[in-house]
Amino acid sequence: MDIDLIANIIFATIRTGTPLLIVALGELVCEKSGVLNLGQEGMMLMGAVVGFIAAFHSDSITVGFICAMLAGISMSLIFGFITMNLNANQVASGLALTIFGTGLSGFIGLAYVGKALDGVEAIVIPGLGSIPFLGTAFFSHDIIVYLSVFMCIFVYYFFKNTRAGLIVKAVGESPESAQAIGLSVLSVRYMAIMFGGAMAGMAGAYLSLVYTPLWADNMTAGRGWIALALVVFASWRVERVLLGAYLFGAASIVNLILQGYNVSISPNLLATLPYVATILVLVALSSNQAKVKMFAPVSLGKPFHRSN
Amino acid sequence: MKIKLEARGQDSRLISYLSPVLAGVLTLIAGAILFAALGQSPLETLYTFFIMPISDLYGLSELGVKAAPILLCATGLAVCYRANVWNIGAEGQLLMGALFGSWAALSFLEIEGFWVLPVVLLAGSLAGALWAGIPALLKTHFNTNEILSTIMLNYIALNCLLFSVHGPLKDPDGYNFPESALFPDWVTLPILIDGTRIHLGIVFALLSVAVVWVFLSKTFVGFQIQVLGNDARSARFAGFRDKKLIWLCLLISGGLAGLAGVSEVTGPIGQLIPAISPGYGYAAIIVAFLGRLHPVGILFASLLMALLYLGGEMVQIELGLPLALTGLFQGLLLFFLLACDVLIGYRVRVISRVSAGGLEPVLLTNPTQ
Amino acid sequence: MTDNLVTDSTDDGDFRLVLKGITKQYPGCLANDNVDIRIMPGKIYALLGENGAGKSTLMKVIYGVVKPDAGQIIWEGKETEITAPVHARKLGIGMVFQHFSLFETLSVLENIALGMEKDDSRDMDALAQRITEVSARYGMALEPHRPVHTLSTGERQRVEIVRCLIQDIKLLILDEPTSVLTPQEVDTLFNTLKQLASEGASILFISHKLKEVQSLCDFASVLRAGRITGKCNPKEVTTEHMARLMVGDETPVSHEYVKATGGEDFLTIKNLTMTSDDPFGITLKDISFTVKSGEILGVAGVAGNGQSELLEAISGERLCADAGAISFPTAALGKEMPDERRRQGLAVVPEDRLGQGAVPDMSLWENGLLTGFQQGLVKNGLLQPKAIQAFTDKIIEQYKVKCGGPNAVAKSLSGGNLQKFIIGREILQQPVCLVAAHPTWGVDIGAAIAIHKALIALRDAGAAILVISEDIDELFTISDRMCALFDGQISPNKPTADTTIEEVGQWMAGVFDSPSASAA
Repeated sequence: MDIDLIANIIFATIRTGTPLLIVALGELVCEKSGVLNLGQEGMMLMGAVVGFIAAFHSDSITVGFICAMLAGISMSLIFGFITMNLNANQVASGLALTIFGTGLSGFIGLAYVGKALDGVEAIVIPGLGSIPFLGTAFFSHDIIVYLSVFMCIFVYYFFKNTRAGLIVKAVGESPESAQAIGLSVLSVRYMAIMFGGAMAGMAGAYLSLVYTPLWADNMTAGRGWIALALVVFASWRVERVLLGAYLFGAASIVNLILQGYNVSISPNLLATLPYVATILVLVALSSNQAKVKMFAPVSLGKPFHRSN
Repeated sequence: MKIKLEARGQDSRLISYLSPVLAGVLTLIAGAILFAALGQSPLETLYTFFIMPISDLYGLSELGVKAAPILLCATGLAVCYRANVWNIGAEGQLLMGALFGSWAALSFLEIEGFWVLPVVLLAGSLAGALWAGIPALLKTHFNTNEILSTIMLNYIALNCLLFSVHGPLKDPDGYNFPESALFPDWVTLPILIDGTRIHLGIVFALLSVAVVWVFLSKTFVGFQIQVLGNDARSARFAGFRDKKLIWLCLLISGGLAGLAGVSEVTGPIGQLIPAISPGYGYAAIIVAFLGRLHPVGILFASLLMALLYLGGEMVQIELGLPLALTGLFQGLLLFFLLACDVLIGYRVRVISRVSAGGLEPVLLTNPTQ
Repeated sequence: MTDNLVTDSTDDGDFRLVLKGITKQYPGCLANDNVDIRIMPGKIYALLGENGAGKSTLMKVIYGVVKPDAGQIIWEGKETEITAPVHARKLGIGMVFQHFSLFETLSVLENIALGMEKDDSRDMDALAQRITEVSARYGMALEPHRPVHTLSTGERQRVEIVRCLIQDIKLLILDEPTSVLTPQEVDTLFNTLKQLASEGASILFISHKLKEVQSLCDFASVLRAGRITGKCNPKEVTTEHMARLMVGDETPVSHEYVKATGGEDFLTIKNLTMTSDDPFGITLKDISFTVKSGEILGVAGVAGNGQSELLEAISGERLCADAGAISFPTAALGKEMPDERRRQGLAVVPEDRLGQGAVPDMSLWENGLLTGFQQGLVKNGLLQPKAIQAFTDKIIEQYKVKCGGPNAVAKSLSGGNLQKFIIGREILQQPVCLVAAHPTWGVDIGAAIAIHKALIALRDAGAAILVISEDIDELFTISDRMCALFDGQISPNKPTADTTIEEVGQWMAGVFDSPSASAA
């Protein structure tokens, strides 16, 4: 296998891992506040379709991304409203969000199936980009890739060093205590859910505007669910989300790697790899229950009723 | 004015039965608004969607044909959800049932006998049960979250199915279409009423309703399942074997979904094709909740869901509206249900803040009991 | 009553806090009914009352958590509407909750910072410095950087108190603060509170323990069913008198029981060692003791010292590695499941009534079936509705469970009634060995006495009974022998008559070989 292929594989790994990274970061923040939103897939699909439509009509990728994030936020607000204001079960509501998002995105995207967009041009970082091998692998990406890494650093800093981050963690551990000392559990959780929605929308738009650039029904293909597994895999730690996202990215492009060896396996069987990998990773991680308990936000997924 | 939720002392049973009805009505209203926005006459479109498909005997029989797989999946899911086992994998279990049922059916192309069909059905059910056994094993031995594992297995099952119809199970004389050979008569479910597609699978579905009903309400194991789902700690305190119960629920659920899958390929479809299920396994999740996890409720809910499928096809044919409407309505229905369910535990009060001295609550819903 | 004693001034401006006609209605329950309370600077006030009397609601009104339906709050002479805890803290009102409002995974410093205004918590190093200073000044040593989950219950309470003291405190409210402390820790706490009062702070001490109120407080107000039923100077009246104000005239307030010596050893715990699967749990360390037939062994201890773990080991919710670690003379039980242990004659009243002893959303008949299924309620795998109904009716009737019949769901019952139901369900299985965790926790005095009598009757019928409780007074009332748990270890045990509160207090603090213990 030659060096260019390796550089291309690394390039593709990062590119494939990026939407996972973005949506997983959003879900991580959401889960840190104690909210389990299983609707990532639905929010991503809405982001993908709305982003595509907006970009298609405005000829602006930026407008596409902004609209996608707004779509993600709107979806997340539905989830927030029924789980927090109407006390509905988080798991069922997340599923509903995914089913709803799948249906709605298919509905509004119907007229756009098969239409194409120009993708986003890569930004080759001056100097670094021209280094052989490293330049191709790491410094010739589109802006969203760099942005997603920057978001990682931001979220890491947020939880490590800011009072707001401390508040999110506190609410995720014990909403009852947080309320008792006068923190507004609902507003904190709404913010976290909306952040998750925005990130899912952005990840969806990355798929429909940058990665493939086109819209197809169900084009997220379970990435929203894989991102949920990724958060568990990362034990709710930002740096491990970054690592995990790229690992999953690698699992998704095994076909590319196999091409290098001239191996031919049914594309359908190869397509199962990321899902199989997800299950294996979940098994490896969750079998140590004590460790999961140690890192998981204590109130994750549990209902919280405001007393009046 | 301010709207406020106030806890009822005890959950309202009445509202828990009314909530699905209310959710259905709200979905209809949302549908009417949507149709109007699409430039269609709301009433006419609603008529086309919800009445026209079942306006004749054939339409009614088609309703049963569509409802059968949903019903089989949903009764199984109800058992799981009663135990708080979040099996989202009915779709994958159904596909595996169809896949292995077809494989069995195709191995009997040359062998005829009354015992062949039962063997094929059994193969499908077993495949569904085994596919559900994977999350059971992972959950009981490795504490793996079943939501994620069953979802992943759905994607894997779909890809296995695609692999099979493009590869080993492809009809050698099929002009390279990704389809299996047509099944012979002896591995096809008999039609019960001439002139319709009412097949034996519908009887299986109705039987499953009865059996699961008795199982959940009359047997001690059924009771244990419900304790486990309500409150796992109490179940452990009482000494119930939680792992065995989890296994049992998933095997039942997977077996029924597998039966649904094999009944589809040996029934209305008659061969293995890539598009066996328009998301029956996911629709069954909504049906299970809509039916309040009760087999009889699920029976009604599955008919409604079948109607959503038929209606979606009908408005596509008649009015040229997109088939995706079905998915949209499914999502709306579940959302409205979850929202309406708040009324089971709470009553809504509207507090007017106009008068200075008096906070006068106006009761919107009657305090039940 | 001697009302003038409390209201020695009629000018509201002399008081730090005046509550007038506070009323709060919850659905189906009038929690506070026209409550008046006046609090002076530099004094310690008690708010007495049974569980459900309305103490917590009143406290939440003062702290801005609950908005009263009617009534006035006058803070330092000015009518004030306390809108939120943040507002209360700004006014100088601090509160120490019964169930601590702390975050286990965060440090002491972070916990305290979260309770403060953003600007006050900007400089974390300075804050850490102040925590060390303040905690030292009031004799409550704390390390700012320790994670809260590594602290003992007593230390956690200190965090709560320091969190209040670090800001200018004018009124400190403490909700049942002594229920989580050893007797020695109680003394330390009282010294701190007296020091605070002498510096001019007002203190509102909420309790149902009359002796403590007597030794600490200057004034007491008694709440019953949401109303103030009396005010007094606790140092001048008897505890009997205060108890009467709390429960009314009809209910007995205390009962003495004859101590028994028991027969043969029945329940044997031998070298029981078990690691908790909860990362913040307690490891049981080489626990050995026996309970004789016909006696009650009381296990004292501050919550979180291994009580839950010991109970789970005995009930069979967690299995032992060694079958002999838990045994009856008839069988080794360590590796048996809970239902097999029941078959051998064990019954258990667990720690949590809802969510362990009973399924909250299930009916009473289903909850009767939950552990009573070996009483002929199931045949050939099928439920026997008539037998279940009869069993449930019998529990409700014999244990006077107030409920809406066997179809009422468990969570609709009051804590006391559900406790009676669970105790009834367990005792009606005619166990030869009963293990009960805080059998009267949250139950009113009348019901507590009924439960105690039922336990004594079971003992007199020859059963071996193990009672684990945080209420040391209760253990002295009903146990025949006593010991204590500390950090997963068990203390020596002695007949109740031969030991003292001080000695058991030493055991609770982990001093198993104190001079008093060895001298006895």
